[in-house]
Amino acid sequence: MPFWICNKILFTVHLPITHALSLPRIEKIMAATVAAAAAIASPLKCGGSFSSQSSPFSGSTRSFHWRNNEKQNVRKGGRGVITAKIDLKPPPYSLDALEPHMSRKTFEYHWGKHHRAYVDNLNKQIVGTELDTKTLEDIIVLTFNKGDLLPPFNNAAQVWNHDFFWESMKPGGGGKPSGELLELINRDFGSFEAFVNEFKAAAATQFGSGWAWLVYKANRLDVGNSVNPRPSDDNKKLVIVKSPNAINPLVWDYSPLLTIDVWEHAYYLDFQNRRPDYISIFMERLVSWEAVSSRLEAAKARAVEREKEEERNKTEYEEGDEANPEAVEMYLTSDAEETDD
Amino acid sequence: MAVRALVTRKILRAAPLGFRGLQTFSLPDLPYDYGALEPAISGDIMQLHHQKHHQTYITNYNKALEQLDSAIAKGDASTAVKLQSAIKFNGGGHVNHSIFWKNLAPVREGGGEPPKGPLGWAIDSHFGSLDALIQKMNAEGAALQGSGWVWLGVDIDLKRLVVETTANQDPLVTKGPSLVPLLGIDVWEHAYYLQYKNVRPEYLKNIWKIMNWKYAGEVYEKECP
Repeated sequence: MPFWICNKILFTVHLPITHALSLPRIEKIMAATVAAAAAIASPLKCGGSFSSQSSPFSGSTRSFHWRNNEKQNVRKGGRGVITAKIDLKPPPYSLDALEPHMSRKTFEYHWGKHHRAYVDNLNKQIVGTELDTKTLEDIIVLTFNKGDLLPPFNNAAQVWNHDFFWESMKPGGGGKPSGELLELINRDFGSFEAFVNEFKAAAATQFGSGWAWLVYKANRLDVGNSVNPRPSDDNKKLVIVKSPNAINPLVWDYSPLLTIDVWEHAYYLDFQNRRPDYISIFMERLVSWEAVSSRLEAAKARAVEREKEEERNKTEYEEGDEANPEAVEMYLTSDAEETDD
Repeated sequence: MAVRALVTRKILRAAPLGFRGLQTFSLPDLPYDYGALEPAISGDIMQLHHQKHHQTYITNYNKALEQLDSAIAKGDASTAVKLQSAIKFNGGGHVNHSIFWKNLAPVREGGGEPPKGPLGWAIDSHFGSLDALIQKMNAEGAALQGSGWVWLGVDIDLKRLVVETTANQDPLVTKGPSLVPLLGIDVWEHAYYLQYKNVRPEYLKNIWKIMNWKYAGEVYEKECP
């Protein structure tokens, strides 16, 4: 089905979405954004169900529902105006809980100033725009814009990254993982020690500002209609990646499991230039393997869910074509004179 | 305090790598004491910045150069290319910081005194005023995401002043082959964090009090006679 037909379908279906208090311009922006997304979407997937519409943004860990914008972060402002407000979440422990490995002073600045500034600046940037009611992850993927970063990306990604980082640590952390996580680590890195060495090396060699990550990579290509002909659990691997500045693995469609912040502000008060010492202390004393394990469970469940959905869409699309060959013909004929916007 | 040569040449017969002597680099002395730039930049920062950060760039640059030399001698193109990012990071770090130390001067040695002569006139003519230039550089420096530098440079082909930023340790020349740096401000967090914490704009405001415009003017007059 030519993509401009999908354009039409999407356009027609989605106009009524806009909520009661939206301004007219939001409708226009949404329609334009939807059309833009559809234009990028693979034509072959156009007939599929809308909930798994293959926009390039299905890379977020929550699938991008154009119709059911999750308004978890929407708060009512004064005078009945709905404004989105991303929150500054506190770490799941007190600011001095990670002493002496990561000082209270560091938290006062790192969480209290840096993280807070990302949250405040993001809210300023998105208020009154179509990003206003999106989830943080959706904002990140949207503003990543396939690498052509839009202004809110830096703040949005950094808010997410820091939430994820605080939750990657705990008082009395460190030690070794266990259970399935340890099994996968042994399978994909050879041994826990080999994993630690590779992770430390990635963190130490991320030049300038950035992050190092352990991610769960469910084998996917960044092409809308790609299908692994022989999917198996072996294709789903643990991988270590590093990223500059605010970039995070959500934009590569990976599921992050663990991160370490290697921007200098993360360690300079406690370690000055000694980044390798900071990294070692992080691994030995701070990592919350419980958090990593539960993220792994969630990531695996998501991967299974996504595979099932893709199977469903594939079947629906094929059935749809067979069920309505005349319908397709009809569209082709009647829309022959349509011009693209 | 004499500025030690930036370069030491390994004696040919001691060089283990062929007949060409490999130039390696050593940490240049600062032309002032670590504490001489206070209160704009603390002595602690100057010492760490010079003895640790700059020294590390030099150490790693030398290592990369030796590996490159060896790869070239062996005709190992793949390794030679792979080393380019290490060369750019660490060599750039050395180049940039060497300029940076000369860009700063204690107040009693003229730090902060506005530019005179040809550079002063060029600034007024191109930016409107020194103040306007400073505002522009501070805005760009504050807005720079992550690590990098903000530069006042001169395009020697177009005979024009430019304000540019570079990421990480990319030298100014990566923004244009005809660009020559006059002043660079390091906005990596290590340059200001211990003193200014997250308030980069405050660091940018204060660094102009120790800016060595005399040096910038000399470079300008040499490149744009």
